[in-house]
Amino acid sequence: MFDSFSLVQLQQLWWIIVSTIGALFVFLSFVQGGQSLLNSVAKNDLEKSLVINSLGRKWLLTFTALILFGTTLFAAFPLFYATSFGGAYWVWTSILFTFVLQAVSFEFRKKPGNLLGAGTYERFLFFNGTMGILLIGVVLATFFSGSSFQQDDYNLVLWQHPMRGLEAGLHLFNVALGLFLVFLSRTLGALYLLNNIDFRLDLVKDMEKRLRKAAVANLTASTPFLLYFMVGLLTREGFAVIPQTGTVFMESGKYLQNLEAMPGVLAMLAAGLLLVIFGALSARRASSTSGIWFSGFGSFLVTLALFLTAGLNNSAFYPSHFDLNSSLSIYNGSSSYYTLTAMSYIGLAIPVVLAYIVYCWRKMDKEKLSTGEVSDFTAKEIY
Amino acid sequence: MTLLKDLTMVDWARAQFALTAMYHWLFIPLTLGLSWLLAFFETFYVKTGHEEWKRITKFWMMLFGINFAIAVGTSIILAFEFGTNWSNFAWMAGDIFGSLLAAAGIFAFFLASGFAVMLFGWDRVSKKTHLFATWMVALGSNLSALWILVANAWMQHPVGVAFNPDKTRFEMQNFREVLLSPVAISKFTHATSSSFLVASLFVLAVSSWFLLKGCHTDIAKKSILVAAIFGLLSSIFVGITGNQSAYLNAKHQPMKLAASEGLYDGEKGARLVAAGILNPEKRPGDDSSPFLHEIKIPGLLSLLANREPGSFVPGINDLVYGNREQTIMGIDKKIEKGKIAVELLSQYKTAKKEKNETRAKISLANFKKYEEYLGFGYLQNPEEAVPPIGLTFYSFHIMVTLGALFPVIFLLYLYYTYQDSIAEKKWLLRFGLFSLFLGYVAGQAGWIVAEVGRQPWAIQNILPVSVARSNLTTGTLQTTFFLFLFLFTVLLIAEIRIMLKQIQIGPETPRED
Repeated sequence: MFDSFSLVQLQQLWWIIVSTIGALFVFLSFVQGGQSLLNSVAKNDLEKSLVINSLGRKWLLTFTALILFGTTLFAAFPLFYATSFGGAYWVWTSILFTFVLQAVSFEFRKKPGNLLGAGTYERFLFFNGTMGILLIGVVLATFFSGSSFQQDDYNLVLWQHPMRGLEAGLHLFNVALGLFLVFLSRTLGALYLLNNIDFRLDLVKDMEKRLRKAAVANLTASTPFLLYFMVGLLTREGFAVIPQTGTVFMESGKYLQNLEAMPGVLAMLAAGLLLVIFGALSARRASSTSGIWFSGFGSFLVTLALFLTAGLNNSAFYPSHFDLNSSLSIYNGSSSYYTLTAMSYIGLAIPVVLAYIVYCWRKMDKEKLSTGEVSDFTAKEIY
Repeated sequence: MTLLKDLTMVDWARAQFALTAMYHWLFIPLTLGLSWLLAFFETFYVKTGHEEWKRITKFWMMLFGINFAIAVGTSIILAFEFGTNWSNFAWMAGDIFGSLLAAAGIFAFFLASGFAVMLFGWDRVSKKTHLFATWMVALGSNLSALWILVANAWMQHPVGVAFNPDKTRFEMQNFREVLLSPVAISKFTHATSSSFLVASLFVLAVSSWFLLKGCHTDIAKKSILVAAIFGLLSSIFVGITGNQSAYLNAKHQPMKLAASEGLYDGEKGARLVAAGILNPEKRPGDDSSPFLHEIKIPGLLSLLANREPGSFVPGINDLVYGNREQTIMGIDKKIEKGKIAVELLSQYKTAKKEKNETRAKISLANFKKYEEYLGFGYLQNPEEAVPPIGLTFYSFHIMVTLGALFPVIFLLYLYYTYQDSIAEKKWLLRFGLFSLFLGYVAGQAGWIVAEVGRQPWAIQNILPVSVARSNLTTGTLQTTFFLFLFLFTVLLIAEIRIMLKQIQIGPETPRED
């Protein structure tokens, strides 16, 4: 089936697959958003327990999505993996550090003998929910703003800035996307918790109000950063590539042109933004709990559109402003034809895996998480 | 492609990677092995309907969850360290290695999806759905491990690839050859069965503690029965796959086997060192004795390596300096040819850059003649191809000795369980407690043999670590090394404390209706 594809078609297919997984991660970052909201929406042990146990049933999905995003990038675009991870060492190490802290925090937080105390693990969760997402956003923004690296004749990377990737945080454009993602994840986190927790008891009515407020407030807080990023994106010079020669050059309004050239992607972006807003605003209605599906799908579409804008229509998806021709595009950064084809067959497992995720999700969330479930302190299966 | 002459940075990169891998492997065996035991326990529950099996399953599942959290935490660092610490490797081998890692990621999702159902779904889904999720966690974690171990096996024995001089990387030519290479099958079966063994020891150790304390005796006895059977079968399988592993080492990584045995001068009817103390002053090529003390079994190493007791097994000196009689080319000759390959590749690159197609064609044709020695061109001297012998030798012998001990432990447990006198055998229960530590030691020793024993190669005979590195400073790597050392150690202490506390609390007590 995939053997009839051309190399360029496979490169595009894999960029779309990688982008989809990246977009899925951003949707699932409601876990991180919820973590960062913990202390502002949960005011007592019972409320905290509800939030932690609700998020705790999904954290591994987000975590695995990040690993899958990284490894599929490695498989399909190994030059990106080598360049970005080996080059922007400090920013990636910092991101990974926050995720190690997250991995243990749900499980260890309330367990007796946990060495550091529940408060420390809650701070770990906050740190992962804010810094982890902020730094991921900053790295993603460099897909448009560029980084400081050079490839030698053997395609080996020489990073040109001593801060090894953290320098991306010195540019407002990059930080704006990072902060947008932080506030977006908090919006999604609030919406997810509204959907997942049973608020029928008076005991938790106050938390419900705080969550409804948080959804709208965080959407509002994200807006200036989104606007700054979008205006910057649509007006800036972009990194264009001539596929036949591999030459990279600066083109004014490149990303706006990309959206014009790919109306489907433009529609995805617009629809995504509207859905995010609609979902978050729906939280104002006292009976509404389905905002997460609108905003979640919306954030998926927005992220997918941004990735497609970065990598398709002859753009360099990981540009170097130090040496333009060291920039990576889907053409020069990809695996061989054979590997992309073989990977495409393995990739057929992805829909099966996704179907199983949906199946498990539906089974587990058929009934909302109740106060009774988390206040049974003899139960060993709660966080 | 530049060779790093100062190896300090490479050594720190190795140290950091080894640190992460060793910590990771403290938690992974339990994940891989205990997941199957959980599936067995829960199957008994669903089949018999006895609540006690449910309590058993839930107890071990809770311990599984604690261990799993930190296993996952270390996995993300390890997966990305291939890029952060070894970016040249990531590019040069990414065409093969990346796809295997991605496949591992896809199957890890199975595990992730079922994990929440398994841990929190007891009262939310039907018995059968829950059981299915538990089996899927076991299957998902082991399938995920399959791809990672295939990737590791490919680094030990790179097959199914060709070098692309234009891209300066290795490209996959045959996926089936990579996946089904004998080394891959051996690596997967050996690593997973040794994990099952460790998990069985874990269940034995905790259950033994219960019996020594005289609490939860029924649960302990039932757990011991299942774990001892699983452990015995696993330990037998570990022996068989270990034997296969040594045979494949002899074929594809003879230096590793020679280092594992402290064999400097090859011999026919080579003797296996049953026990020995290495001479620390011994160096390749000198006349001193390799051992201060040793006990050897004649012919056994030849049998292990070649399936023929009288056959020749090359030693370190034969491999480094060559052996004309046995037609073994020395590393010195390979380095010579490798340097020519490096120079011709450089000429080819320059000619391509200058668009001199004729010169490029000639350089490429000449390069092809020496291509297989390219990796050796980056070695400084023949002795550099010798791995740390002491570490490899002692690790190998610790692993083998313990590997021989484990079936005996499981057999004894099984025998006394069958006799229904296990609770009275305090000496065995105490030893069972200690044997968990031995299980971890054996697992770590096994990986030291596999990884230290193949140094200096990131990819055997193709890419030395001095080329595979990232372009980082020693200071950067030292900082992150100590950062991770601190983090992992704190988390390990926390994990052990939590585990001990939960074991002390024990399984849920039966509800009185």
